Amino acid sequence: MRFLLRRATRLRHGFGGQAETRRHGVCLVRAIGISVLLLCAPLAAQQPQPQPQPQQQEEFVPVSQLPAQDQLPAAPLLVIAYAFVWLALFAYLVSVARRLSYVQREVERLESDMKRGSRS
Amino acid sequence: MPKWFMPLAGLCAVMFAASPFLIANADYESTMGLVQKIFYYHLPSAWIFLLSAIVCGIASARFLFRGSPRQDRLAYAAAELTVLFGAIVLVTGPLWARKAWGVWWQWDVRLTSSLMGWMVAWAYLLVRKYGGPGSDKLAAGLALFGMANVPFVYVSVNYWRTIHPATTVVPTLPVDMGLALWFSVACFLLLFVLLLRLRVHLEEQRARLDALYLSLDE
Repeated sequence: MRFLLRRATRLRHGFGGQAETRRHGVCLVRAIGISVLLLCAPLAAQQPQPQPQPQQQEEFVPVSQLPAQDQLPAAPLLVIAYAFVWLALFAYLVSVARRLSYVQREVERLESDMKRGSRS
Repeated sequence: MPKWFMPLAGLCAVMFAASPFLIANADYESTMGLVQKIFYYHLPSAWIFLLSAIVCGIASARFLFRGSPRQDRLAYAAAELTVLFGAIVLVTGPLWARKAWGVWWQWDVRLTSSLMGWMVAWAYLLVRKYGGPGSDKLAAGLALFGMANVPFVYVSVNYWRTIHPATTVVPTLPVDMGLALWFSVACFLLLFVLLLRLRVHLEEQRARLDALYLSLDE
């Protein structure tokens, strides 16, 4: 009876040990598989991608049907931008020159008035 | 006016006349094409806009802490130039954006903070003109805020998500594009120095006129 019990226990342990070993093996294989996949992923990403083939044109799209920014001509915007810069700078220069000439005329007038006043 | 003023003004005029040729010879940008050439006047005027806000802020700080009227005149002149160059930036930018982005304006951090800086400079001028006695010191305080905004404007494109090009664009420019840009920068910098000197001279003459009126009253 004791012998049978000991054998049964050994068998149980034996089977349990094998199952555990198998489980460990499966885990190890999975880990290796995942590691290989992870290591290969950048290599796969570096593989030259096939160039997209130019698509066959099935219809002609008039320029008026393009999105607004695509059909907008660039030249008028460029000309307006440069013209604005030049005009703004010129207008400011004229404004400062006019203010300066007015103040200088006033200064000269007052100085001559003061000279005349001091003489009389 | 100092002796160097007229020769430098002539040089500046010649440089501005030559700049369109260099800009025309610079290569087209691959995605934006012709409209990207607005960049050669837009960027230098933006830098001068920020530089004049800094000059205005430093001169205002010196005026506040030392009470020097010379610094006040410099700050006033720089504030006017901040408005001028800010207007150039805020007009040429949307003209470029309309083609490149498909919209005139985007409320992103670079554009909004630039607009704020420009409005602070306007506020400075309006306070000086209509603020009455003591407005010079009030305006000087405003100029400090305008100057504090400058680094924020500059680094904003590197820290926040925006469609505005980053500051890394300039160091990576090819030779022909870089030459056109740096030539334009030199033109705008020289123009800024000349306009600032002229505007300070106007303030000096105004101070002289005020002194004459006072002496007449006495």
